Amino acid sequence: MNANPVQKAASGMNDAILQVDHLSMKFGGLVAIGDLSFAAKRGEITALIGPNGAGKTTVFNCITGFYKPSEGMITLNRNDGSTFLLERLPNHEIPARAKVARTFQNIRLFSGMTLLENLLVAQHNKLMKASGYTVLGLFGFSGYRKASAESVELAKHWLEKADLVDRADDPAGDLPYGAQRRLEIARAMCTGPELLCLDEPAAGLNPKESAALNELLIDIKNTSGASILLIEHDMSVVMQISDHVVVLEYGRKISDGSPQSVRTDPRVIAAYLGVDDEEVEAVLTEVGDEDVIEQLDTGPDAAHGPGTSSSYLAGPVTDTVGHSSGERVTVAKGASKAGQVDARSLAAANKAASQAAVPPAKAKPAPKATSKAATGTAAKSTASAKPAAKTGEISNRLAAPRGGKADNLTRIKGIGTVNEKKLNDHGIFHFDQIGAWKKADVEAAEAYLAFDGRIAREEWVKQARLLGQGRDTEFSRRVDAGKVATSHASAKTAKAASGKTASKTAAKPVAGKRGGGK
Amino acid sequence: MAATTLLDIKGVQTYYGNIRALNGVDVTVKQGEIVALIGANGAGKSTLMMTIFGAPRARAGTITFAGTDITQMPTHEIARMRIAQSPEGRRIFPRMTVMENLQMGASLDNLKHYDEDVEKVFTLFPRLKERITQRGGTLSGGEQQMLSIGRALMARPKLLLLDEPSLGLAPLIVKQIFDAIRELNRTQGLTVFLVEQNAFGALKLATRGYVMVNGNVTMSGTGKELLANPEVRAAYLEGGHH
Ligand SMILES: Nc1ncnc2c1ncn2[C@@H]1O[C@H](COP(=O)(O)OP(=O)(O)OP(=O)(O)O)[C@@H](O)[C@H]1O
Ligand SMILES: [Mg+2]
Repeated sequence: MNANPVQKAASGMNDAILQVDHLSMKFGGLVAIGDLSFAAKRGEITALIGPNGAGKTTVFNCITGFYKPSEGMITLNRNDGSTFLLERLPNHEIPARAKVARTFQNIRLFSGMTLLENLLVAQHNKLMKASGYTVLGLFGFSGYRKASAESVELAKHWLEKADLVDRADDPAGDLPYGAQRRLEIARAMCTGPELLCLDEPAAGLNPKESAALNELLIDIKNTSGASILLIEHDMSVVMQISDHVVVLEYGRKISDGSPQSVRTDPRVIAAYLGVDDEEVEAVLTEVGDEDVIEQLDTGPDAAHGPGTSSSYLAGPVTDTVGHSSGERVTVAKGASKAGQVDARSLAAANKAASQAAVPPAKAKPAPKATSKAATGTAAKSTASAKPAAKTGEISNRLAAPRGGKADNLTRIKGIGTVNEKKLNDHGIFHFDQIGAWKKADVEAAEAYLAFDGRIAREEWVKQARLLGQGRDTEFSRRVDAGKVATSHASAKTAKAASGKTASKTAAKPVAGKRGGGK
Repeated sequence: MAATTLLDIKGVQTYYGNIRALNGVDVTVKQGEIVALIGANGAGKSTLMMTIFGAPRARAGTITFAGTDITQMPTHEIARMRIAQSPEGRRIFPRMTVMENLQMGASLDNLKHYDEDVEKVFTLFPRLKERITQRGGTLSGGEQQMLSIGRALMARPKLLLLDEPSLGLAPLIVKQIFDAIRELNRTQGLTVFLVEQNAFGALKLATRGYVMVNGNVTMSGTGKELLANPEVRAAYLEGGHH
């Protein structure tokens, strides 16, 4: 668990089937992958996740020889102890010699051929060159009857595993999408791979089909001796079946660890996940309950996810530089969301360190350790809940709400019940407090909430000033009318509301439900 | 919600060769609604989307848009009625740049909004702005999906058809798209008809929904009714973790 596979491999013991070292891939001036290192352990499912365009498919293209990397080394350590440097191997030798197989983001099956034929073709390496597909399609594949009994057995074996044996003689194109995905995997397995690279196998699958896919992948891992490298945006797949998750953003690694550690990593949340995806399950288990159903069809879910639609309609575009196909480098400073979290965490950690509350940060601390330290400080200050205005914290914290009554902060667009609770935990209870925030306060608050740029984008401070003056915003009116699922309308704070709604909304214990459920 | 009917699909049958893919489908979408169509893969959802655009053409039944019968209308004329779609499989122009693809989506009579609309698309998908001059075909899968949706929005459509908008997109972006659809619907009255595998997200977003099984509509109701329906939940919302 704690040992770094790369180092282990260097010392002679190879429990890594795949090692990627300092891999870079540039397209013109665009750095699609930048100095990426990670390892996939033998017998494990390693997931490669990250935002769209982060470079995941490009990593696969380098591993399978579709692209020649600009820099770096990709080592495949086969189960028999032999080692291949994939970036030096001609790409048509990669499947046969290094035993690497892949599936593609877009399904690539011979849709006119039967399932069985598809799997038999896969076993004929000489026909497997990517460019050969179309030629093959032209003259058709009829020689499968001559295929060896052995190949047919193998094909049947994988059809069974993929739960497709009933349809062996149907054209692949007639299969439902989810079944085609499984067929692709079966086809890849027929080449006898030791490393199976899957590019978004769950895309377009419904929850049932995803569950069937999960089973197939677990089965492959447990029984076939193949290790799996998995690109996937469906977190119900990634978090359930991966042993290890590597997260990319802008071609760089921003997190690497167990599914659990990755899903709670603030950088991954900021760059990729947005909110806790438990929301779906929580709501589903409760569906059937009238109150919850009520919540479902109400207004925009403004409290969830850093990028809200308000930014679509009004907000600024991020600070990035356009890419012109040839030369310019694309990623401007500050584009990386994970980087922004890091910067804040680092600042927070350094400040904390200077107060001797936390061991001092190293000269160049590992991002992970840093962000942990930052989280630690945040948690600590929550526990003490003192009104003290430490550096790195919001300056105008209160020990308790004035008059024992907090304002309903969810009337601010962008603050839902979860964020309201966090703000309360940090001593923020009133509109006028938020209305008085300076830049440093906003930054401190964003560090707690782990969402960058959101407070400015959603104009919390401006909204808070208006609400503090007893005025309404369009959004607060909807909250007061009980139309926002993630907010609560409380009679206490309805002083600024238009009156008519207070009694109606008080009857709806939305916040209590949500809060209680957590 | 007592709005007029914008899209009226009545008794539509569509065939692929001799195989009937739609067995007489009735669906209505009213002005200002978000309507979701859910169902298993292969149920005929995408076929219905494509039939609205006349490819393939309905062999029986009628499709009426804003009072005009479009069942036999050529596809390009249907598009001119300000129906825009982001089809399944991200059919962007692979050799054109991101910008050119977006230009292709803009409706000709609406060029005065062009700059504003492009900016809106870039605000929704900052990633596309970073890739302005890149050819569509070299974009990542998710970037292509963003481009496809962005291009459909450029048309300032009266009716927006989305075939699996969430496909291949990062979780954060999926939320942003659903939020954006809701917001466009709320602020600009945009009418949306969408197909989704992500039934939870779609029904949560939708005013109303339809369930399709084997080329037939078998159920309809408000988004919340369908979400609460035990059959719908068992078939489309739960993974069955056994
Ligand atoms: N041939 C190419 N020329 C120029 N840019 C390219 C090329 N191929 C990929 N890119 C760019 O490199 C980046 C990484 O692409 P890649 O396909 O690896 O992303 P990804 O992580 O798989 O994303 P997704 O989740 O959307 O599939 C993208 O921004 C893409 O536009
Ligand atoms: Mg990809």
